[in-house]
Amino acid sequence: MTLAAVTELAGATNLAAATNEHLANLSNTLIYSAMAVYTLAFFAYITEWIFGSRSKIGRTAAALTAEGKGKASGKAPAVTVKKGGSTAVLERPKVVVRAAAGQRDVPDGPGAHGGDEQGDLYGRIAVSLTVLAFLIELGGVIARAASVERAPWGNMYEFNITFSTVAVGVYLTLLALKKNVRWLGLFLITTVLLDLGIAVTALYTASDQLVPALHSYWLYIHVSTAILCGAVFYVGAVSTILYLFKDSYENKLANGGKPGSFATSFLERLPASSSLDKFSYRVNAAVFPLWTFTIIAGAIWAGDAWGRYWGWDPKETWSFITWVAYACYLHARATAGWKGRKAAYLALLAFGCWLFNYYGVNILVSGKHSYADVSLGVLQAAGF
Amino acid sequence: MSKTTTNAPTAEEELGAAGSQLSTAPEESLSMPALGVIGWARWFWRQLTSMRVALLLLLLLSLGAIPGSLIPQTGTDETKVADFRKANPTLGDVYDKLGLFHVYSSVWFSAIYILLFVSLIGCIVPRTWQFVGQLRGRPPGAPKRLTRLPAYTTWRTEAEPEQVREAALALLKKRHFRAHLTGDNVAAEKGYLREVGNLAFHLALIVMLIAFAWGQLFKMEGNKLIVEGDGFSNTMTQYDDFKSGTLFTQDDLDPFSFTLNDFQGTYEKTGPNRGTPRTYQAKVTYAVGAYGKDKKTVIKVNKPMAIGDSKVYLTAHGYAPLLTVRDGKGNVVYRDAVPLLPLDNNVTSSGVVKVMDGYRNAQGKREQLGFEAFFLPTYTKGSETASTFPALGNPVLTLLSYHGDLGVDSGIPQSVYQLDKSHMKGFKDAEGKQQRQNLKPGQTMKLPGGAGSITYESTAEWANFQVTRQPASGWALTGAVAAIFGLAASLFIQRRRVWVRAVKGADGVTVVEMAGLGRSESAKVPEELGDLAGILYDQAPGAPEPDEDSTDTPDPEVVPAERPEK
Ligand code: HEM
Repeated sequence: MTLAAVTELAGATNLAAATNEHLANLSNTLIYSAMAVYTLAFFAYITEWIFGSRSKIGRTAAALTAEGKGKASGKAPAVTVKKGGSTAVLERPKVVVRAAAGQRDVPDGPGAHGGDEQGDLYGRIAVSLTVLAFLIELGGVIARAASVERAPWGNMYEFNITFSTVAVGVYLTLLALKKNVRWLGLFLITTVLLDLGIAVTALYTASDQLVPALHSYWLYIHVSTAILCGAVFYVGAVSTILYLFKDSYENKLANGGKPGSFATSFLERLPASSSLDKFSYRVNAAVFPLWTFTIIAGAIWAGDAWGRYWGWDPKETWSFITWVAYACYLHARATAGWKGRKAAYLALLAFGCWLFNYYGVNILVSGKHSYADVSLGVLQAAGF
Repeated sequence: MSKTTTNAPTAEEELGAAGSQLSTAPEESLSMPALGVIGWARWFWRQLTSMRVALLLLLLLSLGAIPGSLIPQTGTDETKVADFRKANPTLGDVYDKLGLFHVYSSVWFSAIYILLFVSLIGCIVPRTWQFVGQLRGRPPGAPKRLTRLPAYTTWRTEAEPEQVREAALALLKKRHFRAHLTGDNVAAEKGYLREVGNLAFHLALIVMLIAFAWGQLFKMEGNKLIVEGDGFSNTMTQYDDFKSGTLFTQDDLDPFSFTLNDFQGTYEKTGPNRGTPRTYQAKVTYAVGAYGKDKKTVIKVNKPMAIGDSKVYLTAHGYAPLLTVRDGKGNVVYRDAVPLLPLDNNVTSSGVVKVMDGYRNAQGKREQLGFEAFFLPTYTKGSETASTFPALGNPVLTLLSYHGDLGVDSGIPQSVYQLDKSHMKGFKDAEGKQQRQNLKPGQTMKLPGGAGSITYESTAEWANFQVTRQPASGWALTGAVAAIFGLAASLFIQRRRVWVRAVKGADGVTVVEMAGLGRSESAKVPEELGDLAGILYDQAPGAPEPDEDSTDTPDPEVVPAERPEK
């Protein structure tokens, strides 16, 4: 390139740099605002849980303990009812749903508000605040993308803010689809705050652009699906953990034990362990093909950038380990004697691999994917 | 009633034939082997191809992959391995013994995945047969007690049982169930694609593994540094370095050639990332085959040039000052662009110039010349030893001159980037010190005592190209795509059965019972059953109930909230 061209280009970038700086500042303001609103949402969820503790609904206990049983068998069994159509509703045959053999028939808890009206109100406020915070955070992510003129995932800071936005987006989408997931709110928002806190304190990086090896539309595909998978796996992991708690609780009740009052108040309001288990299975299974695709897209990108599609680079290796771990989990679900808690532990292990692949590999292990620091890592590894 | 899940009967026990074969997953058996070698072999094979062992092997595979990501690997970074060995000699020996420096080609890692794939084949083949058998057969008839199924509905109707069954059969067939009449009921099944998808997925895994192994055996990888204006043709001898898989032969090289016309790099001009590379591209003219037509293309960092099975990647770049060396009489004895190797991110570079023959010194004697070169593409006052920007802003070339014997005939291979000074003497300047001079393009350094001169004419750029050939990558990709579709089918499609039973009750009114069973529990099964029941109900409308309280509350005896005692 001639020198004249260099100076000309420099002039153009200076102009652009000013507007970019402005956008970057806007983005930071939005992210901090989102954190503030998430904090409000967090308190609203807490309030919902506190109000909810006033109600003493012991559906699980009723279904599983000796005292409750007389009541339960006298009444209609816990069934979900689906009406055949809108006309002549009364006469239509109703479908009786029954847990598959080998599972308890336990009704789902009423949710964090525990049927308490005030609690429910706070829960609704919390969801509204979550929506608001989500929109603000989304704005922050978009402003960040505009300021760097590329997708907002060139370093760990951007990755974190995008990740939490997508995770909340997944939660809100499930809510919008009328899925019973409001109980996730408190746990999700707590970790979203944690994620954003880490992002703005430890990981913050001023806007910068990507080195040439990171310019590729496969990057967009690969990283965006990776973030989405992570967010969905995360939702799956939260419900898996809750499943484990709820399952112990139900086991204890079924064996005549008496759980503590806090555990009772808290766990009674969650869905039945079988519902939680099913939910986490569906979530993990639904996203597993996308995770497979993510790894393949990454391999195609690596083939273009580094001349080999698979080279056991630490990031590739851990993606593979995560993939195999989730495959284990899916297999366990289909293997006699491995369903239930054992499979749940595998799901958590798999999510642990995913987390390690992100934080652990980025920070501890150096490889070609060293976009954790914004230096020339990638290019140098590519030979430059 | 306080029984936990463990001692509840399994679905299979309770449903009998109706629930069987909804999947082709292998049955688990823990029975001891029969006596004799064949008995043992059969037992071993059954264990190897069981789900439990597949699960354990998968777990082992993921565990086994971990050390390779934490310990330096020879395959990815040989120097790191050497550093590690130096720092921890004893641990290094242990690692060596365990193959931990090349985990992914170690015996134990190979053993895991080979066992896994034997298990996989042993799993797929019988399952495929079993599945074909299921396709040939028909869905099993209704179990005796439909109320036991996860989704159930019933009503009474004036319609005749035959009519209801006919209507149900037509309805289910219209909904693409495989349905047939057996006795007093219609049995139907749907979602076979799930099994197809599952088999396709596992088969695709095998295709991918074979493609990967094939690629490793027949791969090649070579590097070639080319200065702008120079060319390259794809033969083994032209490479600067060359690696290949065990079964690769020279004939596998794709015939092509190309010339580097122009290399261009742009860099961030301002801000904290000043100097960060933005784009790199190499404009080339290439030809395929010995007599191919010339074509032009641009190779970028992420956009290799693909010719046949080979791909040409742009992997590095640097500067190559064009130098002319003249002897005392003014005859040109050397003229070439000399590639220099970058030392830092701002492309401060170094290298050497070797004038091997054709030169005679001031006394007319044959001698060889050598120059050490340092190059700053952007020289700034105050930063004399390091460039301040990677692009050609203010290039300055520093040369140190030597004469004598380069030692190139000694038979020992020499690096083109180093000068062996054991038989060389430095030229001395007026003060008796080693001659050294900074040159700008167009400037000349005169060697003392009429020994000649060296001129820095201009600056070319060079680019390094990596040529790789990874055969069967098309197969790997095909396998991968098939795997994704197979998985999606296997995870998203529900395989389910529906039964419709219609019989005359004791009072002469027809009782219709419908039930659904899915491979795994799904909200879809009852929903679908509700839909079907709604339609069928319109064709066989309800009759008045004999007594009120069984309308929407099924008899607790029949559908208990709790599992009945065994
Ligand atoms: C390379 C190793 C393997 C991987 C990555 C793998 C992966 C998977 C995945 C992701 C599924 C989930 C699909 C579903 O739930 O329907 C699955 C299902 C299944 N796999 Fe594998 N598998 C492997 C090896 C094997 C082996 C060796 C066997 C034979 C023992 C096997 C038998 C099965 C069966 C029977 C299912 C279907 C389970 C069901 O019906 O739900 N797999 N596999």
